[in-house]
Amino acid sequence: MAIGSQILFALLFTLGVGLFVRNMIRLRQTIFLGRPAEVGDQPKKRWQQMMRVALGQSKMGARWVPALLHLVVYVGFVIINIEVLEIVLDGFLGTHRLFAQMPGYGFLINTFEVLALAVVIAVGLFWVRRNVLHVKRLAHGELNGWPKMDANLILYIEWFLMGLFLLMNAADSQLQVLGAAHYPAVGPWAISSKIQLLMADWSVSTLVAVERIAWWLHIAGILFFLNYLYYSKHLHILLAFPNTYYAKISALGGLSNNADVQREVALMMDPSAVVPASDSGVPPSFGAKDVTDLSWNYLLQAYSCTECGRCTSECPAHQTGKKLSPRRVVMQTRDRAQEIAQQNKDLTGELDLSGALLLHDRITPEELWACTTCNACTDACPIGIDPLSIIMEMRRYLVMEESSAPLELNNMMGTIENNGAPWPFSQMDRAQWIQK
Amino acid sequence: MQTDIHIPTMAEIAAQQGQVEVLFWVGCAGSFDQRAMRITQSFAALMQKAGVRFAILGTEESCTGDPAKRAGNEFLFQMQAATNIQTLDGYGIKKIVTTCPHCFNTLKNEYPSLGGNYEVVHHTQMLQSLLDEGKLSVSGGAFKGKKITYHDACYLGRANGVYEAPRALINHLEASFVEMKRCKSKGLCCGAGGAQMFKESEPGTAEINHVRAAEAIDTQATIIAAACPFCNTMMTDGVKQKNKDAEVSVLDLAEIIHQAQS
Repeated sequence: MAIGSQILFALLFTLGVGLFVRNMIRLRQTIFLGRPAEVGDQPKKRWQQMMRVALGQSKMGARWVPALLHLVVYVGFVIINIEVLEIVLDGFLGTHRLFAQMPGYGFLINTFEVLALAVVIAVGLFWVRRNVLHVKRLAHGELNGWPKMDANLILYIEWFLMGLFLLMNAADSQLQVLGAAHYPAVGPWAISSKIQLLMADWSVSTLVAVERIAWWLHIAGILFFLNYLYYSKHLHILLAFPNTYYAKISALGGLSNNADVQREVALMMDPSAVVPASDSGVPPSFGAKDVTDLSWNYLLQAYSCTECGRCTSECPAHQTGKKLSPRRVVMQTRDRAQEIAQQNKDLTGELDLSGALLLHDRITPEELWACTTCNACTDACPIGIDPLSIIMEMRRYLVMEESSAPLELNNMMGTIENNGAPWPFSQMDRAQWIQK
Repeated sequence: MQTDIHIPTMAEIAAQQGQVEVLFWVGCAGSFDQRAMRITQSFAALMQKAGVRFAILGTEESCTGDPAKRAGNEFLFQMQAATNIQTLDGYGIKKIVTTCPHCFNTLKNEYPSLGGNYEVVHHTQMLQSLLDEGKLSVSGGAFKGKKITYHDACYLGRANGVYEAPRALINHLEASFVEMKRCKSKGLCCGAGGAQMFKESEPGTAEINHVRAAEAIDTQATIIAAACPFCNTMMTDGVKQKNKDAEVSVLDLAEIIHQAQS
């Protein structure tokens, strides 16, 4: 019997972890469909940024209610996972509460239980904010469909896992009271003891069944959740770390300079200039019409997005009723990358890039031209996503590949070319302010 | 206002083999916009008063390329940058001061990777050091008891983390300073950035500058201090739209400090 359950557990665990690893490899391949990016410089500064922003949650504090709730779920999640170690070892070894004899075990389980209750409450309040209070950024129309369902599913799964954890402990503790074999007396515990009261007249066989079912569903649920991540905005729990590492470390105001353009300009200024050849060898296209034109770090950002909508709620264009929503730009970037991943079994070979392209099909020029490049979106993101740079890459494509800027901007650019100023004044009059 | 002393160009300085401490990058708005010219004049007068040895490029200055870059025209931006870097390096410029946060940001953050490396300061930062060093002082009480609010320019604030210098300048006046509800990193854009200044806005329910002007008016301040010629235009327009231009004036910090000279 014991050996049977050990084999079953090993199969379940290997399947769960194996599928997860397969999906992560695929995710990595999808992200690297983006163009090369130079984002690995100054590793010390990047580590510090990751520790501060991802581990330390430093940018969450701007809105204290969700910050507090998020902190509870985050700390709970990380700490309760220590218990998963025992559960996994028990599963493989056929033991029960392997660490029960270790000093401080009761304290640990009590801590986990208090955290589990806190998570249940915090998740409940998250649910209320989303479904009862309809917090504006969480009730936005662009979340209709899967994003909305995804957000609620995550909350339900977290409830389910915490509930099973407490139920398992309650039944276990009651079995200890009844002196059942294989249940060493290490309870009762802070929170599950309240549930235990309901089990006062349950038989040993019922309790064992409840305890075992809860135990198996809990670990199966964790393995399911692990695999759910790939299909969910909840990927942020993993990707927030690499994303904050690779996020911008320089001043937000500086936009990248296109190296291919730099080559062309150097040759224009001096036809005999010695410039390094383009890396790809093929004539470059400027800017982005699709996700494969974006640097890979923007695809990592898109997959890291948890759709909280702080960017969109801070966006001046969005606040004044324009169509632009930075969150939508990021979500569409991710959805397009995922579309390509789904229609290409082999992501390393020749790609099928049919479907809805990022520019025009998913994001319209009207949205892109509404941006004031004010950096409110990028500043607001708690994990360093930079929607502005994605918007800018598409503007570059519109202007440099399609020559389709709004007329007034074409006029402005024409006067810069001719007069060195965005208005049609003569460069010779530049110092006239002295006389006026 | 007439500046009383001649303002040299780098060409003149170079001809006399002279040297300057700092180049004053006037910018397109500061050179051509009637309103922004007064900011340029005030700042130049303050530098002269403080004894700063500065020069301008005059007819050799050209747009940094910021509006072209933000409109998506990387080619035009880099052409402008390459030309400007040639001019700046030709004169061996080390330090630049500018009254425009867009020029400030572009020169500071986008020219280095194209080979243009300079120490770049915004005029509010320079005025703060001049006041701190005692090279300038504020007196006369022109702003005594007046209520002043400050509108953060995106390209100074969020883009470059310059939040304190403009506020420090206001603290030198005997005025009462009041923050808008949204300020510093949460400050609302005036609506001009990203080349929006040069085009009509997309269809929507409101104009950004009208919303921001209303926030400034809500503070009951009679002076809205700005630190960017484009913000200045947008806020002035917004105040007019709310029919408050008789009571509320929009002034650049250079103008405010200049008016506070005895």
